[in-house]
Amino acid sequence: MIEPLVEAHHLTKHFGDFTAVDAIDFSVAKGEAFGFLGPNGAGKSSTMKMIGAVSPITSGTLSVLGMDPATRGADIRARIGVVPQEDNLDNELTVFENLLIYGRYFDLPRSVIKPRIDELLNFVQLEEKRDSKVDALSGGMKRRLTIARSLINEPELILLDEPTTGLDPQARHILWDRLYRLKQQGVTLIITTHYMDEAEQLCDRLVVMDKARIVAEGSPTHLIQEYSHREVLELRFPVGVQETILDRLDGLAKRLEVLPDRVLLYADDGDAVMAEVSARGLQPETVVTRRSSLEDVFLRLTGRSLIE
Amino acid sequence: MTAPALRVYEVHVRAYRRVWRGSVISTFFSPVLFLLAMGIGLGQLVDANGGSESLGAVSYLVFLAPGLLAATTMQTGAGDSAWPVMLGVKWAKTYDAALATPVRTDDLVYGHLLWVTTRLLLVAVVFTIVMAFFGAVSMPWGILAIAPAVLTGLAFAAPVLAFTAQLKNETGLTAMFRFGITPLFLFSGTFFPVSQLPDWMEPFAYLTPLWHGVVLTRSIALREPTALAWWVHASYLVGLVIVGTLLARRNLAKRLRS
Repeated sequence: MIEPLVEAHHLTKHFGDFTAVDAIDFSVAKGEAFGFLGPNGAGKSSTMKMIGAVSPITSGTLSVLGMDPATRGADIRARIGVVPQEDNLDNELTVFENLLIYGRYFDLPRSVIKPRIDELLNFVQLEEKRDSKVDALSGGMKRRLTIARSLINEPELILLDEPTTGLDPQARHILWDRLYRLKQQGVTLIITTHYMDEAEQLCDRLVVMDKARIVAEGSPTHLIQEYSHREVLELRFPVGVQETILDRLDGLAKRLEVLPDRVLLYADDGDAVMAEVSARGLQPETVVTRRSSLEDVFLRLTGRSLIE
Repeated sequence: MTAPALRVYEVHVRAYRRVWRGSVISTFFSPVLFLLAMGIGLGQLVDANGGSESLGAVSYLVFLAPGLLAATTMQTGAGDSAWPVMLGVKWAKTYDAALATPVRTDDLVYGHLLWVTTRLLLVAVVFTIVMAFFGAVSMPWGILAIAPAVLTGLAFAAPVLAFTAQLKNETGLTAMFRFGITPLFLFSGTFFPVSQLPDWMEPFAYLTPLWHGVVLTRSIALREPTALAWWVHASYLVGLVIVGTLLARRNLAKRLRS
């Protein structure tokens, strides 16, 4: 049994009377891409700050790279990379200078940093922007630069807090591709996200967090199998009609979820259920049959959507 | 001083390299303008009306210049610990970025104060050169005034760093300058001896840190003894640096490592 890279038991964080993280247990193995999925305010960022040896834990135990963040914070931080939720690049400096000063914070000699900057700019496709001021970069470029910056010390573990929040779909896909390559190189990733597609794309294993607690754990496929059914039939009825026909959907699906604007029917075969719906004389305005996703898992576990 | 603190200092130097021309020019022009307008312009009026008797038998220019040197380093020290620190802790969160590396909050404090010391040295040296040009200080002894001027600036930089570190927004900084730094600039013996103040105000002037900085800098520049021993003034200022540094360490850790 290999010792886990990060291990937490009853990890808890209080801010005054507020409990941000409530006695959670998890462990992350070397080379794994591990996710914290949950809505805003679930306690994901607080957990990340404790793992990153920035925020002290309130109670429980936490070990990162085999060390205790309370006593060996600087040693831990020397060996991890952090991509924070909010960009905190130095806007007054150029792309190159941002990477250089960050390398200096790690006390790396310039002769080591400079060739590494060239490699990293190539990796995040920002070579042409080397001497541009950070101010002039797009949101997606800034994120990529932040990722390059987090790699300047060749970390064994990277913490990514909401890495693609606020980016357009194209920029997100570029970023996912780079993160996937890192994973291929054997770097351990810990990612927080409230996007289920991001979690499905990137994470080998994840925990679902809600209200400071972990409510489920497993691989994306495992979670979907365990907490949902294979397919979902989404029916949208004209305004005012949905309430009147709900009783006519009884017994059609393995599970029924009523949202304000549509009804979700969970089943192994969505099309078969749709045939039944038509047979009962119901005519929804729109019909979508799709595979179950982590969004459905979250809905099942908490009764709420991920993005509200 | 730890290695990460030196790295923090290095980053300040690098950022300054982008703006050093404009900074040095304004560092140079500020004393030129003040010494022209107040030292020579107003000074002629003061000297012609027998003012130099209450100034200790020196011309107004010679009286004013070292006081203005200390008041200038105060403004530099306070200013550099105000908006740039707000940028680091709140607006750009560059302090958070540094804290994700082996750098600790204490390193940010030491690196910042070391950098401010460099800035103060630069300001004081340029100011002293300008003073020498105006004949407001005799050389080479006038060079010694740089040391108390830098100390005065630090006696503001450290407490202001502690103050800014816990501020939620910049209105506190504007208030600090309006109700703290500007009144000190005007009433701490820079432009006239505090003995000219109404009697009830005089004791308050003795409590202000700038008064100690001005008196110390002036006595060293003019090579004249002060009423109180020099080490009383120096200790007061050193005390402010120490207390300010300790509070800055505490406040920054509380803010960024919670």
